[in-house]
Amino acid sequence: MSQSDATLRIELQFSGGMELLFDNQKTIHAKVPASFPLDGSAENRHAATIRDLISWTASNLLKERPELFIGADGSVRSGILVLVNGADWELEGELEYELEDRDEIVFISTLHGG
Amino acid sequence: MTTESLEVKVKRLEQEKAALEQEVRALRLEQSIAVTAAAGAQQLYASSGDTVTNDSRGATPSSAFTPFERVAALTNPEIARYGRQLILPGFGIQAQMDLRNCSMLVVGAGGLGASCALYLGAAGVGRLGIVDHDTVDISNLHRQVIHNEARQGMSKARSAALSIQLLNPHCEVVVHELVLESSNAQEIVNAYDIIIDATDNVATRYLLNDASVLGQKPLVSGSALRLDGQLTIYNYSGGPCYRCLFPTPPPSETVTNCSDGGVLGVVPGIIGCLQALEAIKIATGLNKEDPPTMTLFSANSSTMFRTIKLRKRKPDCIMCGDAPTITKLIDYVRFCGSSATDKTPDLFLIPYNERITCQSYKELLKDSVPHLLLDVREKVQFDICSLPSSLNIPLKALPNELEKVKARLDGQNDRPVYVVCRRGNDSQPAVRILQENGITTGEVKDIVGGLERWSNTIDPDFPKY
Ligand SMILES: [Zn+2]
Repeated sequence: MSQSDATLRIELQFSGGMELLFDNQKTIHAKVPASFPLDGSAENRHAATIRDLISWTASNLLKERPELFIGADGSVRSGILVLVNGADWELEGELEYELEDRDEIVFISTLHGG
Repeated sequence: MTTESLEVKVKRLEQEKAALEQEVRALRLEQSIAVTAAAGAQQLYASSGDTVTNDSRGATPSSAFTPFERVAALTNPEIARYGRQLILPGFGIQAQMDLRNCSMLVVGAGGLGASCALYLGAAGVGRLGIVDHDTVDISNLHRQVIHNEARQGMSKARSAALSIQLLNPHCEVVVHELVLESSNAQEIVNAYDIIIDATDNVATRYLLNDASVLGQKPLVSGSALRLDGQLTIYNYSGGPCYRCLFPTPPPSETVTNCSDGGVLGVVPGIIGCLQALEAIKIATGLNKEDPPTMTLFSANSSTMFRTIKLRKRKPDCIMCGDAPTITKLIDYVRFCGSSATDKTPDLFLIPYNERITCQSYKELLKDSVPHLLLDVREKVQFDICSLPSSLNIPLKALPNELEKVKARLDGQNDRPVYVVCRRGNDSQPAVRILQENGITTGEVKDIVGGLERWSNTIDPDFPKY
């Protein structure tokens, strides 16, 4: 298997209403490319980060209204909290966190109702 | 006025009359309960020799700005009441005294505030402030169990205070019957030890966060929608503030309220209980060493609760950081681009000449004008009630299901198409979608005010939800 075909098994979870953008799926087991950019030559590619995962998820899994998922600078829109293996992604390097095989990434939309 | 519309009016008035009569009966009943309870409470104080005068603790609201009286010991009636907590190892008399000498502010007497305020009042919190500007509506009662049938139209803050008084006359309840905003929030927040965010909108959440940071108060924040809930303590013990986590407010189109998204009543009840628990832990110092976390609740997930580790306070936070740039409250409605209530505003996306009124649609039905009525509400709502022979395609699905509209038109491509929804908001983009796809050569219009207005002005028998 060449480097460009290598994938990581990532468990994506959606909650707080995020799942509505993904056909009501709360969990998606995804095979995410291990390196990006996808059209780059071997030496131009870097290990997949959350930044790559966000745009990959938007183009491959998102069913509707990307503006409800993607925000400025390739991040998620404001009001979405990202968890890496059960912890606030800020503790893990936010957008630059390098994905590992079998990582669990959760996208939570904050709720405001009461 | 035609005889027909007079008939409708008579019918509606009769319905209102029946509802009012029921309210009167329920109020009479409640009045008799309140009188008995108040007499009991007076006796309690008299027999214990409690020096606290009943006028500052009765159902009459007292001011938050009279100094909160802390005490050195519990009275005998208090000891009898809180006995099960007093004998609890790790809680005991010290924690009970901490609660007695603590004041807490519950902002919002809705689904979260209902269970939260009841449990805090019952647990023995010395002074409990309740903020709410709204009044009790029948559609609140499936979750806001601190209110009741008889109190429809009553101020929620007053109704909550009354319920707490009936449960525990030892708790001093302060009623703040107002919209919390930049001009009044700081003074109110400063008057309490612990703040509980049980609100229902983004603007008030940022307002409360900032007022809590400025007033150096821990903020116990809860939220709920559909089957999910979230719980976090902000601005406490080195943890983050709301802005550390969410520096910018979400786009207003991504915010769903309970009235549009729905909510299972018990879900905010659970989160409100957790908020009460966290507030008690703060008041008694039980969680001082805990790292910052967020608790996620999902009623239909196999693991209903999940606690995640949160970042600490961010040194570069503009609110609670080392060099904050916000030093007083700002305009939160503007900052968030959304109002400080959870009411759904009426949208005006298409010109009036592309819309028809309920009255005109009624005429059209009466004259049997051939047309197609498209109902763009979600199926769960359509299943509750719908107008005869309407076709249901939810707005979200409409772009992909235009074939269904064509099939229903069955070659009659000059038929007018009318679009209806719950309140006349979603029907407007639907008109645009139909027009852009040239679905008919006839007119495409939506019904102003939707089915809610249909029920209000045309057919009082048509249910509202
Ligand atoms: Zn902060």
